[in-house]
Amino acid sequence: MSAAQKNRIAGKGRLNAAKPLRFSFDGKVMQGLEGDTLASALIANDIHLVGRSFKYHRPRGILAAGVEEPNALVQVKRDGARTEPNVRATVAEIYDGFAADSQNRWPSLEYDIGAVNDLASPFIPAGFYYKTFMWPAKAWAKLYEPNIRRAAGLGKAPIEADPDAYANRFAHCDVLVIGAGAAGLAAALAAAEAGASVMICDEQAGVGGALKFETSAMIDGQGGHDWAVATAAKLAAMDNVRLLTRTTAFAYQAQNMVCLVERITEHLATFNADTPRERVWQVRAKRVIIAAGAIERHMVFAENDRPGIMLASAARTFLNHYGVAVGRNVGVFTANDSAYHAAIDLKKAGVNVAAIVDWRDAPAGPAIEDARALGIEVIPGAGVISTGGRLRVSSMLVQAKAGGVSRLIPVDALLMSAGWTPSVHMYSQSRGRVVWDKETGRFLPGAYPQDAISVGACNGAISLSETIDQALAAGERFANEAGRMAKRTALKGGSAESFEGGVSGALLGADQGETVKAFVDFQNDVTAKDIKLAVREGMQSIEHVKRFTTNGMASDQGKTSNIHGLAIAAKALDREVPQVGLTTFRMPYTPVTFGALVGHARGKLFDPARHTPIHAAHVALGADFEDVGLWKRAWYYPRAGEDMHAAVNREVKTVREVGGMFDASTLGKIEVVGPDAAEFLDRMYTNPFKKLEPGRLRYGIMCREDGFIYDDGVVARIAEDRFHVTTTTGGAPRVMTMMEDYLQTEWPHLKVYLTSISEQWAVIALQGPKAREVLAQLVEGVDISAGALPHMSYREGRILGVPMRLFKMSFTGEAGFEINVPSDHGLAVWEALYARLTALGGCAYGTEAMHVLRAEKGYIIVGQDTDGTVTPDDAGLGWAVGKKKADFVGIRGMKRADLMRPGRKQLVGLLTKDPKVVLEEGAQIVETPNQPVPMTMIGHVTSSYWSENCGRSIAMALIAGGNDKMGKTIFVPMPDGVIEAEIVKPVFVDAEGGRVHG
Amino acid sequence: MLLIHCPYCGEERPEVEFRQSGEAHIARPQNMADITDEEFEAFFFLRDNPKGVTFERWRHVHGCARFFNAARDTVTDKILMTYKAGLPKPDITLPEKTLALTVDPGVSGRSLLPGDAK
Repeated sequence: MSAAQKNRIAGKGRLNAAKPLRFSFDGKVMQGLEGDTLASALIANDIHLVGRSFKYHRPRGILAAGVEEPNALVQVKRDGARTEPNVRATVAEIYDGFAADSQNRWPSLEYDIGAVNDLASPFIPAGFYYKTFMWPAKAWAKLYEPNIRRAAGLGKAPIEADPDAYANRFAHCDVLVIGAGAAGLAAALAAAEAGASVMICDEQAGVGGALKFETSAMIDGQGGHDWAVATAAKLAAMDNVRLLTRTTAFAYQAQNMVCLVERITEHLATFNADTPRERVWQVRAKRVIIAAGAIERHMVFAENDRPGIMLASAARTFLNHYGVAVGRNVGVFTANDSAYHAAIDLKKAGVNVAAIVDWRDAPAGPAIEDARALGIEVIPGAGVISTGGRLRVSSMLVQAKAGGVSRLIPVDALLMSAGWTPSVHMYSQSRGRVVWDKETGRFLPGAYPQDAISVGACNGAISLSETIDQALAAGERFANEAGRMAKRTALKGGSAESFEGGVSGALLGADQGETVKAFVDFQNDVTAKDIKLAVREGMQSIEHVKRFTTNGMASDQGKTSNIHGLAIAAKALDREVPQVGLTTFRMPYTPVTFGALVGHARGKLFDPARHTPIHAAHVALGADFEDVGLWKRAWYYPRAGEDMHAAVNREVKTVREVGGMFDASTLGKIEVVGPDAAEFLDRMYTNPFKKLEPGRLRYGIMCREDGFIYDDGVVARIAEDRFHVTTTTGGAPRVMTMMEDYLQTEWPHLKVYLTSISEQWAVIALQGPKAREVLAQLVEGVDISAGALPHMSYREGRILGVPMRLFKMSFTGEAGFEINVPSDHGLAVWEALYARLTALGGCAYGTEAMHVLRAEKGYIIVGQDTDGTVTPDDAGLGWAVGKKKADFVGIRGMKRADLMRPGRKQLVGLLTKDPKVVLEEGAQIVETPNQPVPMTMIGHVTSSYWSENCGRSIAMALIAGGNDKMGKTIFVPMPDGVIEAEIVKPVFVDAEGGRVHG
Repeated sequence: MLLIHCPYCGEERPEVEFRQSGEAHIARPQNMADITDEEFEAFFFLRDNPKGVTFERWRHVHGCARFFNAARDTVTDKILMTYKAGLPKPDITLPEKTLALTVDPGVSGRSLLPGDAK
């Protein structure tokens, strides 16, 4: 044993003294033992001062020995990238080389400038921020927010990317047991021995729960903790059991889906780089047994937060499990029996117990007798009214409840117990409603909305024998309900200890006076008088009190503070506790890392990219890509010295003068097959399809029932009963869904099959004067001469020997083709076409040039020039609505009065007065520029480009009554001036439309 | 995550395989072109938002891709039953507010309609 570990008691605890390791805190290197938490190792080295509090910067120590710890939050630093703030020292397992720093202090933990807040505390009561930093509004951005942000929060978030991997697993079982203390282990054993498949998890490194400190417990003839370890080993060896330690059940969701997070590497000094740091288990359990135990409450009295003041059960855990005495002269303040056992254990270990102050007037029973027999002074009917000491408690001031003279008792640690709060978090998350048990002053589980049951302390059991009985019954019942009844488990357990009784709320005037600080919530620095203030200011509901004071809101989620806060509010409101209500227990039970929740969905797997079969060719050509949905589409192909503008200008000119090719593979494609295929399309699209001849194409518009444009595309009739339908790139899934919906649910009698063929066909658009000459070199079995293959026709044939579906169509206004080939051959066909096209002076063009070319012709893009409130008429596409059809989707919606109203926003072209000015897409349009603000807006710009082919800017816009305003001037107010533009027809190139037939 | 029984696949599958698709049992009028504004309003715009049993369409989009209907209790978020599209709206009444809490989840996913076992 190292001399430095002055509080380590030889012969106590379960750690191996032969396995020392080094760790550091605030740069100071110390020794601990394998199995220590940072908290136990610090106390072993006589360090209680661990951090500064959030608001008042008060010195704080270690309150608990488990996850409920609100105070001892530290920054753990493994390396540059691996640093984690707000780690509870009571759960951080140390390893050789472990390093942590204290938080929320400057320049040092001992001398912290921020502690001035403590003196100023009368001026910063609860709700201070809400009330103070309201005006002037401008001060928020520059003054209030930066300063509040600097002061807020405790630790520092890591700056570098998270280097660790995180895993995710799904699991199914008959019975999931949450918690591996006496209750959980007994329940798991009973279920497993009956033959059920069992998962059992515990958040701590080792099993046993309260058996770690409850030394008088005996189960099955063994000491409680020995039994727990042996039972865990027995369970782990069974084929039908999975035992997970360091695994927290943090979320209880619908239909018995419980999420666990398993910490795999955090406690290890070294590990393989490919080992996941944490693993999330998504467990679907037929039945769930909640064995979450209970959490001890602190006492609410003035100055109850000095380092060295802690829960009695924590002190007992440090002694009996870690072999560490929390002090040498210890005081106790309790309202129940359980704290007596801490005093007794410490006394037997050679620690002086200055006095036990008992809130009860006449405590009696074996625990009290044992304490007195050991010579410990018991002061009944009294309370601690204050404490002394700056960086560590040095005394307690004791006074009888009835008042009178107070007595100062020197101590170097003060243990407290106000009673035990059943941990109903998981039950509550399962949507169960807790029930107030007035007699014992506790919330307990009520009816179960899911197939679950609580056993042990979380179900209100106050003794070990009761716990074991509940657990065995639950384990056996749930196994039987799952059809397993191999064997019954019998266990006898008992202990001299009881966990009943206690108090809630503030004691002995702790909620009185301006400067009295009796802390309810240590993590948020909420005092008893803050809660009274909240009530005085009109907060009636506990949910309001919580938000006004922030009681129970930090990372500990009020595990120690909720019941006290509630009791104080209830008293102030003069109501019963259940009438004030209990705040909701939300997921997660304890903080979960983002890494664990994200799992594999990061980097390349965060948002998968879709590549066309021709992608490699675009990369080779040096294309810049743009994201369109999940697709990576070639945006433009810059050549040496070209910026985007120059590249696009060259591409659009080349297409019109020579020819260009474009990867259109991302288009949605649906094959519509069956005797009723034409009838079906007739109903889905506004256009008539029944008379479309095989071998012909038709541009189609799809509306919703409300009569607004939903999608558009070109439909090829391959045969009487077979159509090849194209959709927009982004609309492919929703169009398929809408078609399936109507086919399955409205017209199930139609004999039609729909098949998505989007990924089966690569599509190359070959456009421009030389397109036909290039294509003719490579196709066979099809006559593509102008006479044989007119505009808007469809043929099948072969290209380079592979099957081809050839669309004679244009989205540029030039004569062109869209060549569909099986995806696997897309790249080869592209390369062959590209070689021949470029030999003639053509080029590849990207999506930006495609946009400019189609805008020069006034072709719309659904979703850019339409926005879900645009009818075919509005878009100038009224000709595409079949006037003679009896029915189609949208037929009735279009007839609504507002959709037929004159003066609706209509799609028009715009030419700026200054041809060099390119309007901003989305810019608002007004009729006259000299209106008072807010001006009356009559529309907006939908598409706007520099058109190299026109030698000027062009734009499209939706303008109210636009069709009647041809030639009129409108105005576009922008931050740096008003832009004038003229309304024109939205066709800027080849208004007669002759070029497509070339 | 809910488990949803697909009446076509005959299996309970996780919610991520499904998409909710709005209220069920709203038939598209046969004489669509001729209905009145009020009828169109009722068909297209008006929807129920009950506290209690709601009937809604789901699609097993990452499975058989079929649309089907479900009765769900909006208070407990429990799906009480699922059934094939086209079958009539089942008569489900929750006599007490607590009934939904006691429905056995082991049964909740299964259709109760005759002839649906095929």
